[in-house]
Amino acid sequence: MCTYDTETIALRASGKTAEGWRRMDSATVYFDHPVHFPAGHALMIDVRNTTASPATRVALELDADSARSLAEAILRTLASVPAGLLNDEQSTLTEVR
Amino acid sequence: MTHNLEAITVTMTGHGGDEIEAYLAVPTDVTAVGSIVVIHHMPGYDEATKEIARKFAANGFAALMPNLYHREAPGADADDAAAIARANGGVPDERLIGDVAGAMAYLKGLPISNGKVASIGYCSGGRQSLLAACHLPLDASIDCYGAYVAIDSPEGSALRAKAILDQVGGITGRILGLFGAEDQYPSIEQNETLAAALTDADVTFTLRTYEGAGHGFFAVDRPSYRSEAAVEGWREIFSFLNEAIA
Repeated sequence: MCTYDTETIALRASGKTAEGWRRMDSATVYFDHPVHFPAGHALMIDVRNTTASPATRVALELDADSARSLAEAILRTLASVPAGLLNDEQSTLTEVR
Repeated sequence: MTHNLEAITVTMTGHGGDEIEAYLAVPTDVTAVGSIVVIHHMPGYDEATKEIARKFAANGFAALMPNLYHREAPGADADDAAAIARANGGVPDERLIGDVAGAMAYLKGLPISNGKVASIGYCSGGRQSLLAACHLPLDASIDCYGAYVAIDSPEGSALRAKAILDQVGGITGRILGLFGAEDQYPSIEQNETLAAALTDADVTFTLRTYEGAGHGFFAVDRPSYRSEAAVEGWREIFSFLNEAIA
């Protein structure tokens, strides 16, 4: 089925797209038919700059186990960061397109 | 027979008078043919669905597939456009109906049109094909495993698809539904509910469920492809169209 459940979050990030590195401001997460990954359904992540062209997008398609492993690895990594580094001055840069 | 065909990108007038992109495939060795509006799935106006449009032309029908995401991302790759359309909340039902109406008008205006038009959709497009049938004078409509026809999509989702059983009284053409027995969305129970609603509405319909197949069994580029169900399903589709619009 085409699932309709979609999580959308705002974020501050940079991503390497087909156009090179760009600032990103949004991500959608959903479980649906992948474009490329060889499975009927996959966990899909689209990281985008909503003010730029449709091609300003980093897309990821993972199977469910891989998605969980990735999410857990992200949380483990963040949990192990020494105090004081998580919100350093780099993250306060204003958006630059 | 396999017909000669031409397949091109065109501009058509969709909902609200919007000019949108569409993919047109027509047989070139006939003088009068039935037409079909091809409704792409949620992953978008992609190569696989264009191939389906060409298959209809090769089998003697004029086919037009509107790019339902053209407004969100004109000229974008199908996958990029689909990502934006999803993030923006998907295609509203009203807009879908308007775009199919525009596609019908375009097809009826073709010199080779015999005046009859059908619709077909896969996955989310299956629901949309039935939805269009509820509101437009389509001669026939085909629903290939469309979910959320008999039940609403879960609450809390950014994208919502509402059940359309309360609208089937508006159907004037014939209906064909093709489903996989292993599919859960739509499930066999949901399809039985659809059948009861169509019966109550005095709609002429045929629903087929194929054993050994799940969702997306027509999709030749996906692991869900099931050749036996797909071959039989295509035979059913062309038999249905030859009776309804040829």
